[in-house]
Amino acid sequence: MKRMRILFTGVGGQGTLLASRLLGEAAMSAGIPVRVSEVHGMAQRGGVVESTVMLGGIESPIIAEGEADLLVGFEPLETLRALRFCSTDTVIITNTAPIPPFTVTLGQAEYPPIPRWMEFMGSTFRTVIAYDAEAVAREAGSTKTVNVVLLGTLCATGLLPLRPEALRETIRSRVKPKLVDVNLAAFDRGLVQAQ
Amino acid sequence: MHELLTHDPGRFMLLLGNEAIVRGAIEAGLAVSAAYPGTPSSEIGNNLFQIAQDPSSDISFEFSTNEKVAMEVTAAASAAGLRTLTSMKHVGMNVASDVLMTLAYMGIKGGMVIVCADDPSLHSSQNEQDSRYYARMASLPVLEPTSPQEAKDMTMEAFDLSEALELPVILRTTTRTAHVRGPVKLGNIPKNKKTRGHFEKAPMRWVAVPAVARTRHKVLLDQFEKAHGLAETSRFNTLSGSGRTGILATGVSACYVADVLEELHLFDRVRFLRLGFVHPQPRNLIRDFLAGLDQVLVVEELEPCQENALKVAAQEMGLTLPILGKASGHIPRLYELTPKIVKKAVCHALSLDHPSPPLPDLAALPPLPQRPPSLCKGCPHTETYGVVKEALSDLGLLEKTIFPTDIGCYTLGLLPPIQMADYLLCMGSSIGSSAGFSLSTDQKVVSFIGDSTFFHSGIPSLVNAVHNGHRFSLVILDNGTTAMTGHQPNPGIRLTPPGYSERHPRISIEAIVRACGVRNIAIINPYKKKEAMEAAREMLAKDELSVIISDAPCILYLKRMEGKTQKRTPATEQTQAGDEGRDRT
Repeated sequence: MKRMRILFTGVGGQGTLLASRLLGEAAMSAGIPVRVSEVHGMAQRGGVVESTVMLGGIESPIIAEGEADLLVGFEPLETLRALRFCSTDTVIITNTAPIPPFTVTLGQAEYPPIPRWMEFMGSTFRTVIAYDAEAVAREAGSTKTVNVVLLGTLCATGLLPLRPEALRETIRSRVKPKLVDVNLAAFDRGLVQAQ
Repeated sequence: MHELLTHDPGRFMLLLGNEAIVRGAIEAGLAVSAAYPGTPSSEIGNNLFQIAQDPSSDISFEFSTNEKVAMEVTAAASAAGLRTLTSMKHVGMNVASDVLMTLAYMGIKGGMVIVCADDPSLHSSQNEQDSRYYARMASLPVLEPTSPQEAKDMTMEAFDLSEALELPVILRTTTRTAHVRGPVKLGNIPKNKKTRGHFEKAPMRWVAVPAVARTRHKVLLDQFEKAHGLAETSRFNTLSGSGRTGILATGVSACYVADVLEELHLFDRVRFLRLGFVHPQPRNLIRDFLAGLDQVLVVEELEPCQENALKVAAQEMGLTLPILGKASGHIPRLYELTPKIVKKAVCHALSLDHPSPPLPDLAALPPLPQRPPSLCKGCPHTETYGVVKEALSDLGLLEKTIFPTDIGCYTLGLLPPIQMADYLLCMGSSIGSSAGFSLSTDQKVVSFIGDSTFFHSGIPSLVNAVHNGHRFSLVILDNGTTAMTGHQPNPGIRLTPPGYSERHPRISIEAIVRACGVRNIAIINPYKKKEAMEAAREMLAKDELSVIISDAPCILYLKRMEGKTQKRTPATEQTQAGDEGRDRT
């Protein structure tokens, strides 16, 4: 089985951990060896939240510089910060809707211009899928589903050893019943973003 | 029913390392557990707390006031013949170590597992001490998992081991093994386990006076010798591969090594010893491992525990082969290891070029704004800091004030724009260090401590401050919960599940402060600026000990508890009647 390292990065509250967990659950159900690592504790107080999903028998819970096969960035600044984990072959999926850190709001730092750096990514990496996932999530019914929109796009790359239906099934069984429909809608909207 | 009580043997669940430990304990017949929370160990206590509230469970669990108390509670229950578990972060072991050192002499009856979670790289800690040294100092066996499945299996094994040796067994994790999820195969939950113990009096066994402890120390050394034998046959120690170079690794380091060996196809060049029963080292297995090798690389995080033990073993066997690791510079002693560091070390030892993926040129990237953690929007601590800062400024004292602080969310007061944290050592250090600053300088001293930290280790230092006449102002940030580690209850908790407060009476911080003999006390609501400022100015102007109790609940916790009453009302999650129900003093 192909070994695969997937890095999720985002900001506390964006549902990064839920997305990596859903992928992990789907992989386990499909009998694929999987490990998911999570950031807990102080790092979650509005800070950066990173998680990894390792498929195919990898034992390491973390990813070394240059070794991510896939990067899913929930926030563009965090995507830029995580580029060191990518090689030029890494497939990158990123939300383009920014969440400025308080260092920027207080005027202590400058938020990098997003279009310019998306262009840089496009010319540096083989595959970059960048779009406003927050807008897509809003269309699906809730901006809280950015995580599942991006999961849909990740699935649509065709690189995962999982079919979309496997992830839909995991969403049905793992998400709170009243939130299942909006998450399925978000997932399906995410799926078509990769095209 | 709690998910970890699922009775479906053979089924796989995607569990966190910490959840797997809880499940292992349940399957092993855990009866009594106690803990104080701390990252990366907190989910163990959180899950056991929820499970203990579940009517279908007969496990007793308490959040104790600190790790020392939790270890005493579980040790005594083990002496009464029950299976027990206590968990803590590495620095919690410092607090509990007074118990640990003599508990090793006294031993136990029912199996006792001590989970100690280390934090290499200090993700959420004040140091990165290696708690394996405690095991050496106490002469206790240690198991260390590499995956959630192993975490469950080792927890179960640790109970058996503990009963076989009549010693507590340490299960050591690190951030990466505590916070990794993986498939875990469920086993049976025992039906008729022992939940009531009986303590057989035997003063010559259980009372640690010198005459008894002298004989018990000998027993400990004998039992530790037996532990060597058990390590030899442990299924958690495995030897694989062949070649003239040996690699010995433990914990998450073994995962990194396994991935490198797989990726670079090195199984015919390397003999790989994975140790899961990490202390004491199995002598015969080590002898078999070393036989015929030209060199050994030891891969472990933090201190060179395995490396030094291996050097001793090699010396005893008359071997002079190079043992590479920390001393040789192959493996750093600082911070956690990464797959990259380990790959480089393995390649270095084998004189291989290490392949690197095609790296992007990122030199053009601008400096990226940091996203440091910060106090939540609307957090009462921000208000309290504001009140104290302004009051000190009014009094003309702000510039000359030293702010000793303590461990909790409010430690973030270090960062701009608050910047009111000048000195911190450990849990409770705010009060003791305030005494030191006040007696040694002419500066004003104003320190901060949270409610849970005050109960944990603030009270003796407050008694000390009163008795020895130290002059400073202490601000107790009472948000009614242990917020930073995930809202665990502490003795001062106000918002509680129904039924909880009948069994757990609230202890008033104000009453304790008064009983300690503090004469100047003000209780403020930091959201009521005017009254709070007035009271704060009065207290901060005193030239003797004064205490301000800032009484305002954690807003996250308040929201969570209120949200739960509105949305669903299962018996275990309902709150008391909001603010009206709060027991104000």
